[in-house]
Amino acid sequence: MSEKTTAGYLAGYRNAKLVRAVLGKIHQVVTQPWALMEICGGQTHAIMQYGLDQLLPPEIELVHGPGCPVCVTSLELIDQALWIAKQPDVIFTSFGDMLRVPGSREDLFSVRASGGQVRVVYAPMDAVKIARENPDKQVVFFAIGFETTAPANAMAVIQAEKLGLKNFSILPANVLVPPAMHAILGSPNNRIQGFLAAGHVCAIMGYWEYPPIAEKYSTPMAVTGFEPLDLVNGILQTVQMLEEGRVAVENAYSRVVTYEGNPIAQKMLKQVFIPVDRNWRGIGTIPLSGYGLNQDYQDFDATNRFDIGTIQTEESKVCIAGKILQGLKKPYQCPAFGTLCTPQTPLGAPMVSSEGACAAHYRYGRTTND
Amino acid sequence: MTEPSFEPVNMQGPVCPVPHHHTDTIVIGHGSGGAMTQDLIRNIFQSHLGNAYLEQGNDAARIALTNQGGEIAISTDSHVVSPLFFPGGDIGRLAVCGTVNDVAMLGAIPAFLTAGFILEEGLPMETLERVIASMAEACHEANVKIVAGDTKVAEKGKADGIFINTAGFGMIPQGRNLGGQLARPGDAVLISGSLGDHGIAVLQARGDLGFESAIQSDVAPLNHMLNDLVSQFPDVHVLRDPTRGGLATTLKEIACQSQVSIRLQETAIPIKPDVQTACEMLGFDPLYLANEGKAIVILPEERADQALDILRKHPYGTMATRIGSVSSRNPEQVLLQTAFGTTRILDLLAGEILPRIC
Repeated sequence: MSEKTTAGYLAGYRNAKLVRAVLGKIHQVVTQPWALMEICGGQTHAIMQYGLDQLLPPEIELVHGPGCPVCVTSLELIDQALWIAKQPDVIFTSFGDMLRVPGSREDLFSVRASGGQVRVVYAPMDAVKIARENPDKQVVFFAIGFETTAPANAMAVIQAEKLGLKNFSILPANVLVPPAMHAILGSPNNRIQGFLAAGHVCAIMGYWEYPPIAEKYSTPMAVTGFEPLDLVNGILQTVQMLEEGRVAVENAYSRVVTYEGNPIAQKMLKQVFIPVDRNWRGIGTIPLSGYGLNQDYQDFDATNRFDIGTIQTEESKVCIAGKILQGLKKPYQCPAFGTLCTPQTPLGAPMVSSEGACAAHYRYGRTTND
Repeated sequence: MTEPSFEPVNMQGPVCPVPHHHTDTIVIGHGSGGAMTQDLIRNIFQSHLGNAYLEQGNDAARIALTNQGGEIAISTDSHVVSPLFFPGGDIGRLAVCGTVNDVAMLGAIPAFLTAGFILEEGLPMETLERVIASMAEACHEANVKIVAGDTKVAEKGKADGIFINTAGFGMIPQGRNLGGQLARPGDAVLISGSLGDHGIAVLQARGDLGFESAIQSDVAPLNHMLNDLVSQFPDVHVLRDPTRGGLATTLKEIACQSQVSIRLQETAIPIKPDVQTACEMLGFDPLYLANEGKAIVILPEERADQALDILRKHPYGTMATRIGSVSSRNPEQVLLQTAFGTTRILDLLAGEILPRIC
């Protein structure tokens, strides 16, 4: 995007000259191959959108992480969401991206087409508003996301309690980054040597949780933002640490992130949520890697409010989503990529969300002969 | 917080959801103007109704009048918009301009429209009258007449206020030969103004964006401006309005029809700062947002500067600019060169535009 057309202050962070200067330094510093993982789907998208991967030295491989909350939401949770959305007198609210994610047999679009009330909201508080306006309906919010969206999800529950709303609940589906980092780095197949930590997750949580992880697995990390200049700076700092043989956690996004994070948001999270084991689609169960509602807020858990029972889930085995989500394969290494599997006919979750690694590759990266 | 257990997880290996292609029922994405709409047209409409005119695949059909030797352009467009009134326009203005523009994109001079109304029981008469007055104003501006009409009333809840279908036709002056299949390598690609205004204005008017801005829809009849252009340069190859699906989807269609590639300079594409900001916040790509008062112009390179002068003289073309060129390499692709000199591919809009979560 051009400086001419980019709104306000972001222009500087998209300045091609500044970005090229940092890229030049990366080229100077690198002496050997390194595999870095950007943890967040937002970063994957920015990298592909601006084509930054095309400008990096060939030694540096960017591996896309499991950082798209839409992609990693388990099939069980999606099938539960579909079940709830189909109930009469329910208004099911969700972030837009979730509507296209396939459950075992259908998606929220098909539920809506067959008469279910599915509404896209832009913030969890919108769902609370809908609950106030529709006292005769049960309003359920699909509380997905990483630590970034979790405080807003917590806030919706807190507000609903304050308002005495008996018709509002959430389907808790938040996932947490540090346990996923442990899972990836601790896997026998791991090949990640450095991490770009997700800037917006760290804006909430700080990065005090990361130094022990970096040390345990000897993996340096840089807290990284989402604009081109942020991204290349994060890459530069990580590569510098790797080249120097240094293991540390550095902050390349200090205009947004502090070591401690946002204490008010963290307090709200503690008030409402408790870490629980969570199944990640394509990866498996990671211990204590999600947020469930704690004892005080069980009433707001949609799985308690509705008698969902057991749902038989069923994954197809066509695509290699699991390997892509773990960074073991690149999207274009999948035989279905771009042919059988496109954003319009997704075979796997990473192709579904606009933040998914496959969708990012399809949109921005499908290689040309140029 | 409890310390998580740091045991390596047992990876499940490759797993993947079953694809849901939505071939059994209509879902909202079938109306998005993107790939799902194309599939619907190909699989249902063209497979049953296909003929040489329909298969031209342009905004309007070009039909020869055998007796007089002249040619006409015919088009139709249905309008469903919520809310009915939005900054910069309303469903009435949209219904007139949409069809006028579709006819004008073949180089025709729109003359007559028909209008069909589906009204929902309980619609305030005052609302209807405001919409019709707005249609009258747009007709006056475009210099077209509505010469036939129809009204049906649907039971409360079976329609959303007002649905309007308009059809239009106009004469194609001799010597004008335009169509999406006629882009040629070496041509210049122009756009008549900024992108995404209509899409964001309508979303904002729905009131669920959580912020306000001064963005106005660009809905406007472009026929006078385009007629000035084509009268001076009858060798314009393609005119197309980037409505649903936006600039990217429309250019992709042209690239496929003409078997060429279209290369865009991202820094040259005009997007208003307010629209850009709204897109940043919602995770939309402005190149996929709907426009209702913009034209893509593809014409021989040597005409580009003069064509821009003509467009810029009109109030709807003041921001007209050159955004790219046509090439014979990599046919069927639209390639965007970024400010960093990297390239990315623009494809059809997949389905409904969805806001991103973070």
